[in-house]
Parts: sequence; structure tokens; C-alpha cells
Amino acid sequence: MLLIACPWCGPREEVEFRYGGQAHLHHPTDPWTLDDAQWAEYLFTRDNPEGWFTERWCHIHGCRQWFVAERDTRTYEFRPNPAEEARRG
Amino acid sequence: MTAPTDGEPRPLWRRRTPNARYDVVIVGSGGHGLATAYYLAAHHGITNVAVLERGWLAGGNMARNTCIIRSNYLVDASAGIYEHALRLWEGLEDELDYPMQVSQRGVLNLAHTTHDVRESVRRVNANQLNGIDSHWLTTDEVAKLVPILDTSAELRHPVLGATYQPRAGIARHDHVAWALAHAADRLGVHLIEDCEVTGFQRDGDRVIGVHTSQGPIGADRVGLCAAGHTSVLASTLGLRLPLQSHPLQALVSELLEPVLDTVVMSNTVHVYVSQVDKGELVLGAGIDAYNGYGQRGSFPIIGNQISAAVALFPIFARAHLLRTWGGIVDISPDASPIISLTPFQGLYLNAGWGTGGFKATPGAGAVFADTIAHDRPHPLAVPYTLDRFRTGALIDEHGAAAVAH
Ligand SMILES: Cc1cc2nc3c(=O)[nH]c(=O)nc-3n(C[C@H](O)[C@H](O)[C@H](O)COP(=O)(O)OP(=O)(O)OC[C@H]3O[C@@H](n4cnc5c(N)ncnc54)[C@H](O)[C@@H]3O)c2cc1C
Ligand SMILES: [Zn+2]
Repeated sequence: MLLIACPWCGPREEVEFRYGGQAHLHHPTDPWTLDDAQWAEYLFTRDNPEGWFTERWCHIHGCRQWFVAERDTRTYEFRPNPAEEARRG
Repeated sequence: MTAPTDGEPRPLWRRRTPNARYDVVIVGSGGHGLATAYYLAAHHGITNVAVLERGWLAGGNMARNTCIIRSNYLVDASAGIYEHALRLWEGLEDELDYPMQVSQRGVLNLAHTTHDVRESVRRVNANQLNGIDSHWLTTDEVAKLVPILDTSAELRHPVLGATYQPRAGIARHDHVAWALAHAADRLGVHLIEDCEVTGFQRDGDRVIGVHTSQGPIGADRVGLCAAGHTSVLASTLGLRLPLQSHPLQALVSELLEPVLDTVVMSNTVHVYVSQVDKGELVLGAGIDAYNGYGQRGSFPIIGNQISAAVALFPIFARAHLLRTWGGIVDISPDASPIISLTPFQGLYLNAGWGTGGFKATPGAGAVFADTIAHDRPHPLAVPYTLDRFRTGALIDEHGAAAVAH
């Protein structure tokens, strides 16, 4: 069981969360300029690193907020995410 | 202990030091890598082949899966490749002259909701049109086949019927790997363990070999059969693949009297179970949601699948859990494999089998070997190329294929 630190609620058990995959994906600013290969890349291709991964979680059974976390995909260890810390102020 | 009189048992494959180059290098000695090497040698006369393995032979998902083989998939492309594999399974023990406990004890996929019933009947019809043995069973017929299953209407998720494929079943995964390794070794294939591929040798857009923990090895063609680690390898070439690696767990009970002689799967309550000849109940469910390479997952997955199993099979309540484990599976966006040429000449891809590639082992090997030997997709692999994500011609088995194992 992962123990996940919600930036608002503190450490909670994994079953309270939904996983959101890779963080910082942005919808193309001008989709019409994308060709099929670029569109496929946006839709289907994600980073899949063995090591640190910046990812999204939603605390669905708590505050229901999305946040960004950093986790090592080999050890499942979390580390503080500077951008998230800044967002909380 | 007395020493055996006729000396040590002969190893099934020889320990090799790698040659400087091979005609074909296969990365990964799971079932798919071993089967590919075997078919290259046995059916295409390409014997100057090495299979490179970072750990020990078949110590990845091949040693960790729950052994289910079946071909009752909805989509035509899937029916094509999985039924091809099932036919190969039916002759594999004879072809390799090695027992692997291929047991066609049948697989049931339970339906618990009106939607399940509609989807299941549709899949049975599609299977029959594709010449695959597949039947719809009523609740009473299910109860006759699996007496220990609770088929009462009071269940939170009552059994409204099931699809049934009699030719489906299980096979002993270790024996399959050893049989393929033994056969490939006899044909001259080098099986090299403790040899991690760390990158590729390139000449422009052509792959001409690999870098390994045992030094560089040249190759005319390189085939990737690295399952969960495929995207890590591809990223050394800057090749981004539509794959995500997730933990997938399974578990076994202590040894019990025989109580179940078929395989029962349920998508809705999400558990599946079979009982192997030794007596262990083998149970599995779905992936852990998060990306991971740790070969372990989280315990709530185990808890959920056990509560589902106990709801369906009340007599399991007193069984003891013996052991749980995890593998790392590579999931593609449409839950179908990728068998493909790549933007790099001489580099071939067999990946994305996710939670369900064991059943495909001989089929994947035969099709991938043929693809490598002829430098074009085997006819059954044509729908499975990387390009489908660009064209949008997905093979969408998500939700259609019953539980995806
Ligand atoms: C718990 C579990 C249950 C499953 N149940 C079923 C089931 O019931 N039915 C079914 O059909 N499928 C099932 N599967 C899926 C099935 O096991 C896989 O789809 C299939 O094994 C993948 O092919 P493979 O055997 O070649 O993979 P693997 O055995 O994982 O082979 C890949 C090999 O590549 C090696 N490798 C990786 N990177 C490198 C490198 N850089 N250099 C050298 N070697 C490398 C690995 O060490 C590994 O040995 C299950 C999987 C799991 C984990
Ligand atoms: Zn919260």
C-alpha cells in the first residue's frame, strides 16, 4: 500500500486516491496545425521512465483535489514536488 | 543423499559466451523471445541467433503469469492471432517433445449484469463466425459445470450466465519456457543469461547491434521481446512508444483437494481462478493503476480479488493464502499488442501484450519470427503495427475481451 501525501490533507492511504498518470500534459494550443502523427503522440504516447516520474493523483475520497507528485517507479518512494510546494505557498 | 548413478542430469540448455555477431539478436528470454528464437531456427532456417537476458531465463512475466490460454476475443484481428496461438498450443507438446501440461479444461467468463449478458452473447456470436469454439451458458448450465460456484439470485452480483470456450485452459508456464529453450538450444540458438542490453549500435537509421553488460554484440536484425522494459530500451534510441508499464499481481492458496476443474473468470467483480494439478488455487485480477517497475504492487488489489473470489466461491473462505507476487506488464492504449517494424531498419518490436500475452506465446513467436525473417509484417501482424495509432485503426479489446488475461 502506498502512503501518499495529499498537499492539503497530509499522508493518506492509496485507496483514497485515483491515479492520473503523467503530469504536465497540455492540450495542443492549435490542434488544427497538428498532423496525424503529432495528434497520435498527444493522444497515446506518454513517458514511461524507470526511475523518477512526475505524475498526477486525485484525492477522490478526501478533498477531491488533483495534485502533482514525484515518485520513483522502481522503489515507489515519493519525494516532495517543488512546483506543488510553491502552489500551496 | 546418494549421487545419481548416471551423473548429473543434463542441463536443458548450454551456457554460452556471446559471439561477436549474430544474424538475429532477440532481447528478452521470456516465452515470446524463446518462441521467436525457436521458430526462427526451426521454421526459417535462421540458427545464428542469440537470446539475451538481463536476469535468468524466463524469470520475468513468463514465470509470474496465471497460465490461462484462450482465444475467445471479440475483434477479428485478435481472433486471428489468439486462435493461431491456440492451434499451435494443441500441437506444441508433440512438436517440442516435452510435456507442458497443456490442459484444455475450458474457460468460463461470467456475466453479472444485463450489459455483461449482451456483450457476452455478442462475443460468442463473433467467435463462432470466426470458427472459434464458444458457447453461451445459462445460469443452470454454469451451476452444473462449476458446482462450488454460488449461483443464487441473492448475490450482490448474481451469475446471469457465462461464455464458455471448451478448448481454452491452462499450460504450465515454466515447462513451456524450458521446452522452447531446450528445442532452440538443440538447433544452435545461443541463450545468454546475465546479459543486459543497455543500448543499440547504429549506422544512421539502421540498428547493427546492441551494447550489453557483456560487451557489444553485432546483429543484422534485433527483435525486442522485453515486455515491461520495452519502452526503457526504445528510449535509448529516442523512440517513444505508446506503452505504460504497470505492476500486475497474482496469488496462490495452499494445496487443496480438487474442487475446480475448469477456469472461471469474472470481469465485473474482477477476479479469475483456476486450480492447478498440485492443488493450489491460482487467482488473479487487474493491474495496479500506477506506473511501476518494482515487480510488486499494492495489497488492496489482493484484498479486493479475494473478497470477490469468496463471494463467488463461499468454500474458499477458509483457504489460506500461500504467496503473492507481481510482474511488470506493458499496456498499450487499446490493450492490444504491437508487432511491428520500426523507424529503424533492422529493429523489430513485439510488445504491448500487457496482461494477456502468455496465451499467445507460440503464436507471437511464430508471427514475430516470420516478421523478422521476411522484414515485413506477417499477415496476422498487419493490423498490429505501430502505425495504427497514427491511422486510428485501433484494435479495441478494452472491455470487449472479458478479463484481459
Ligand atoms: C501476474 C501475471 C498474471 C498473468 N496472467 C496471464 C494469463 O493468465 N494468461 C496470459 O495469457 N497472460 C498472462 N499474463 C501476461 C503474460 O505473462 C505476458 O504478456 C507475457 O509473459 C509477456 O511475454 P514474455 O513471456 O516474453 O515476457 P517476459 O517473461 O516478461 O520476458 C521479457 C524478458 O525480457 C527481459 N529483459 C527486459 N529488459 C531487458 C534488457 N534490457 N536486456 C535483456 N533482457 C531484458 C526480462 O528480464 C524478461 O525475462 C500475466 C502476467 C502477470 C504479471
Ligand atoms: Zn486531500
